[in-house]
Amino acid sequence: MTADGLRQSREAELDRQSRLKNRIACCSVAGCLAGGGDAVRAALAEEVKAQGASAEIEVCGTGCMGLCSRGPLVRSSAGEITYAEVKPGDAAAVVRSDLDSLNGRILRQSDPFFAGQRRLILANSGKVDPEKIAGYIAQGGYQSLLRATSEMTPEEIVAEVKKSKLRGRGGAGYPAGLKWELVARHPSATKYVICNADEGDPGAFMNRSVLEGDPHRVLEGMAIAGRAVGAQQGYIYARGESPLAIERIRTAIDQAQREGLLGGRVFDSDFHFRIDLRIGAGAYVCGEETALIASIEGKRGQPVLRPPYPPESGLWGHPTLINNVETFANIPQIIENGGDWFAGIGAPASPGTKIFAVAGRIRNSGLVEVPIGTSLRTILFEIGGGVPEGYEFKAAQTGGPAGGCIPAQYLDVPMDYDSLTGIGTMMGSGGLIVMDTSSCMVDVARFFMEFCMDESCGKCIPCRAGTVQMNEILGRMTSGEGKEADFAMLEALSGLLVEASLCGLGRAAPNPVLSTLRHFRSEYDAHVRERRCPAGSCRMGASA
Amino acid sequence: MSVRTLEVDGRTITAMADQTIFSAAWDNGIRIPRLCHLGGLPDAAACRLCLVEIEGQKRLQSACTTKVAEDMVVRTDTPALQAHRKLIIELLFAERNHVCSVCVVNGACELQTLAAELGVDHIRMKPQYPKLPVDVSHHRFGIDHNRCILCTRCVRVCDSVEGAHTWDVAGRGRNSLIISDLGEPWGESASCTSCGKCVQVCPTGALFSKGKTVAEMRKDRSFLQYIVTAREKRLWIAERKPR
Repeated sequence: MTADGLRQSREAELDRQSRLKNRIACCSVAGCLAGGGDAVRAALAEEVKAQGASAEIEVCGTGCMGLCSRGPLVRSSAGEITYAEVKPGDAAAVVRSDLDSLNGRILRQSDPFFAGQRRLILANSGKVDPEKIAGYIAQGGYQSLLRATSEMTPEEIVAEVKKSKLRGRGGAGYPAGLKWELVARHPSATKYVICNADEGDPGAFMNRSVLEGDPHRVLEGMAIAGRAVGAQQGYIYARGESPLAIERIRTAIDQAQREGLLGGRVFDSDFHFRIDLRIGAGAYVCGEETALIASIEGKRGQPVLRPPYPPESGLWGHPTLINNVETFANIPQIIENGGDWFAGIGAPASPGTKIFAVAGRIRNSGLVEVPIGTSLRTILFEIGGGVPEGYEFKAAQTGGPAGGCIPAQYLDVPMDYDSLTGIGTMMGSGGLIVMDTSSCMVDVARFFMEFCMDESCGKCIPCRAGTVQMNEILGRMTSGEGKEADFAMLEALSGLLVEASLCGLGRAAPNPVLSTLRHFRSEYDAHVRERRCPAGSCRMGASA
Repeated sequence: MSVRTLEVDGRTITAMADQTIFSAAWDNGIRIPRLCHLGGLPDAAACRLCLVEIEGQKRLQSACTTKVAEDMVVRTDTPALQAHRKLIIELLFAERNHVCSVCVVNGACELQTLAAELGVDHIRMKPQYPKLPVDVSHHRFGIDHNRCILCTRCVRVCDSVEGAHTWDVAGRGRNSLIISDLGEPWGESASCTSCGKCVQVCPTGALFSKGKTVAEMRKDRSFLQYIVTAREKRLWIAERKPR
């Protein structure tokens, strides 16, 4: 494709859309599909056909609109209205925009759930069909790649990313620009770009939704990265457990290659970039970059000691840029609007927006995108609608098995990398699980420890055997058999895992324990000294 | 090759620039505990026993993989490190079924010796007593998984010294298990050359020679030194032109 071709393609699609009276976009991401979204879409298409309105009303799929707990969601472009909990039987009413019969299930852009968010990465949700490249191009897609290949030098791209102060969205928050620069400056002729889509935290589905809802955004980000660092080959490492995301990536790669946006001579420039898909076999530790690289190489998926870090020696020993899905999804808009624009959004030290997957005891669960630094209170009580009637907020868990719990007194802490680390948890990849007073915090710690025990690769002793013993102790505590000496052992083992483990999984595994010990010590004491569970929900609480 | 001067446990020592802390300390009579490292094998940095404190670095570093540097200040035996090491040894004893009194290498076992040196006199955690198999299908050797600490020395010596790669690790976490070929009995392995190197590098009685009874087995590693020396002197490797 040429620059002119891209412009023509964009204008043609915009023209086609402008002649439609209405576009009915049905969420076609896993959550809404599980709720019967497929049948809703089929019924809508049938209804449009029955009314003979196929020429002026289009029924299409689209990415995640966020309010997953009220799916299936359908957005009508006429009046920018979102309908919730749509059933196939509602098709006629939706097509006719019969607001009366859909009363109570109508959401407007001014509702707190939408108004409180700032959707940049998810900007195309509700507008673009993830299975059609034309829709992405119509929204300005691949313009940034065009700029990156025709107007900018690799150094300028890296400089722009550095200026944006974008931090890696995978969890650790390493400045993306610095990483790009390391790879770009490496003299090696062979380099790789890897997109880490091995999202495995319990309850987290940010990356999956982005890939299912707007795969071209990630491909474009990766191609720009390839241009910036001098790589000709990219890999997306996705989870085998997300078959829909895999299907969407495959479709998107095929489309982009056919249009000449990936492959040889992108935009008729001297830049070649291919993207291939690699599918993981279900090991959490393969989200760790060195284990992920080993897995792509066809080896046993277990971490190796760093340094050397991947930017120096990664895939097959070559310099490798490895970033998270959401990090790459941020790139096109940084190139489009400039690093300074991006640096002005969110918190000064960690700019931009962050997608959170809000789940648990909360009214509006689903995907929420807010500027980094937004307080937890805003996310949970304004956008999320608070905990349902009859329940009381107790804590929110962030960062998955590597993170910690935020108790009620820290609700006003800004959600940014450094503030969260300061209260003993971490940003992580964006999982946010809300718990009410009926949750036993010792049991929560035990759940995450069991997860880490099952997912430990077994290479280093502290993680392999230490998680087993910590799980043993927490299991004892929650079944009323805890001993006073268990506290000292729990702390000693935590110290060992944090300081001595080989990779991040083991080093972070004690975090949920340390965080709950810090904020909910009295619950531990009650379990061990009084043999009772204050929340009454762990194994012991059920009988006592 | 240039020389580096560094301080280890208060002593000033010199080392070659490409030496690791472990090897430099070893040359100077400072013994850092370890179970997975063995001179002549590629390192896994997996047992975490050789972790040392390096001044100016926040994280502990494994001595077997960290190269020496000029003016580096290393501490190998602080109370914090001792506590970590004791805990690791305890974790190993609790993980599988280590019964010294009926073990072929009783008295010559690296795990046992290290436990004694570190003063591990009891185990403060719950033994897991897993049910694990013993494979004696090989005509000369046997493997008792109850005594295995998953150091992967056998995997590495078989792959990088013998070149057979008969051994590897199956499963993950607590379910990790050393397997021959694709999980076949050792005696039926098509790749095993019966060289016995794995038996000799094994730090415990997990890999043993048949016909030895309690406390009779001794491990002989002279072959490793011979092979490494021969390699360094290129005794049998044809000179390859650089690519």
